[in-house]
Amino acid sequence: MATLMVPENLVYERPHAFTDAPTHYCPGCTHGVAHRLIAEVLEEMNLTERTIGVAPVGCAVFAYNYFDTDFVEAAHGRAPAMATGIKRCLPDHIVFTYQGDGDLASIGMGEIVHAAARGENITVIFINNANYGMTGGQMAPTTLPGMKTTSSPDGRDVETQGYPIRMAEMLATLDGAGYVVRRSLHDPANIRKAKKAIRTAFEVQERKLGFSMVELLSTCPSNWNLTPVESLKWLEEHMIPFFPLGDYKVAPAIAAAKI
Amino acid sequence: MARELWEGNQAIAEAAIRVGLEAYFGYPITPQNEILEWMSKRLPELGRAFVQAEAELGAINMVYGAACTGARVMTSSSSPGISLMMEGLSYIAGTEVPMVLVNVMRGGPGLGNIAPSQADYNQICKGGGHGDYHPIVLAPASIQEAVDLMPVAFDLAEKYLNICCLLIDGSIGQMMEPVELPEMRPVVRKDYPWAVNGAKGRPRRILTSIYLDPPEEEKTNLRLLKRWQEAQEKEIRYKEYFIEDAEFIVIGFGTAGRVALSAVRAARAQGIKVGLFRPITVAPFPYKRVAELAQQVSAFLVTEMNAGQMLEDVRLAVNGSVPIEFYGRLGGVVPFPDEILSEIQRVAKAKLSADADPVANWMKRMEMVAR
Repeated sequence: MATLMVPENLVYERPHAFTDAPTHYCPGCTHGVAHRLIAEVLEEMNLTERTIGVAPVGCAVFAYNYFDTDFVEAAHGRAPAMATGIKRCLPDHIVFTYQGDGDLASIGMGEIVHAAARGENITVIFINNANYGMTGGQMAPTTLPGMKTTSSPDGRDVETQGYPIRMAEMLATLDGAGYVVRRSLHDPANIRKAKKAIRTAFEVQERKLGFSMVELLSTCPSNWNLTPVESLKWLEEHMIPFFPLGDYKVAPAIAAAKI
Repeated sequence: MARELWEGNQAIAEAAIRVGLEAYFGYPITPQNEILEWMSKRLPELGRAFVQAEAELGAINMVYGAACTGARVMTSSSSPGISLMMEGLSYIAGTEVPMVLVNVMRGGPGLGNIAPSQADYNQICKGGGHGDYHPIVLAPASIQEAVDLMPVAFDLAEKYLNICCLLIDGSIGQMMEPVELPEMRPVVRKDYPWAVNGAKGRPRRILTSIYLDPPEEEKTNLRLLKRWQEAQEKEIRYKEYFIEDAEFIVIGFGTAGRVALSAVRAARAQGIKVGLFRPITVAPFPYKRVAELAQQVSAFLVTEMNAGQMLEDVRLAVNGSVPIEFYGRLGGVVPFPDEILSEIQRVAKAKLSADADPVANWMKRMEMVAR
């Protein structure tokens, strides 16, 4: 066995843009996948020494423990504003936020809309798992109609609790938004597509082509009360029909750059 | 440099620029709009950062981000806007990064009005946001003093890794006076050992205000408190007028202190032995000096453009040893020197008791003033 563990046989390892810290995420949660994709892209683009991450409030509050880059921890929803302050003072650095749906689409709606409208040259990784994971699975602005959560125990009633918000479509209407796409993390083919989108988003920022956001449909087995495998299936069957995958905005300059 | 006629808000903005401000983030609110407007022209032409944010929430969090990079950064706002910034101010205090806040107070509570007021003394001097922290607060009484305090504000913020607030009101913000501005200094971004600016050739850095383990948060609280105690020892500033032979002393900060000075001069001309004590650092408050003065005089008259907020700090310093009288105007009303002169004349003759409630007595007198 020992002879197999040699560098020539290495097919898979932890990205060097990661620290050695084990993550605190629940088993089966796709945050780990999203983190890994970002780490792979930062490493491939050789960006770790000039990247500053902005962690949110929510499940990813400790994201700063996992990436081997400088990091700050924002107030709930304010990551795009904090990222703006950093980017304006360090315009040649790479600044990204990592935000969940409660953080980005509810309390931080003002900050994200205006960062996109300004064409702020930052990258936003938006994790949409249709609930507030950290606080125990309450209804989020992305919770599907009829979906049961701890604050919509009989299922989201759109008559009294309103409708979910499709952030990628909404931000794509803004002239300042450069690259806005939605991908999913429910199977290997989609994970590969998600990575390509994250790479493109960081390339957009590196080339100073404006605001970029990758929305990632993600699972939350603990709060959905499903097994990890059931969660992936649920995402595919219920979330994708409501939140269609696709490129919602690719500004002409970005399309022309052929990243 | 020559003395020039400047509007307060613009002079403060230009002074900040000349002492090395790298970035400003703000949101319009009267009576401080001229700061934002001045910055919007000057900073881009100097190649520095300016963003008009979508709200004060955005503005203060942009300041937070910029402060984390080690850039010299500030924002400005007025009462309702400062309330909105309180979340971010608490995070900035908890993260131990420096920033300067210019707080141009107006009448409140609520939407209030846009007239000069000092009603937000407690809000900013006692922290304002959640958690145990103390901003350093400087209260100038003229445009020149405000301009001269700008470099001090940045230096204090950077020395104590804290928020330093320049606390003024709409009258200092919007009146014009002859002032001498500082020379233009080059921008120098200091190489702070905590700043996030890319982990090149060094271990990564994390700036956060979260300490999930309570003993770690307690250590952080104690660290903040230690710096605050050092500021209390070293950074007290005040001005005294006619103190040496004073039989009683008027205490007022900012505009109220300035109006009181006119009244004290008029009283002196009438032979009344009254002095003026004007705190410049209202946080940390000059408790020790006020306590010393309490040994010398027979009474104090506190005057403020609020319902007696600094009065509580004076009472703490005096600790019941001599009577304290109070005269305040509220809601954006600025007292005339004659009003304070009448109060000085009253105090000079009255038999005062250290047990009396200065606010209750003042309110009785206000029934006649405020109809």
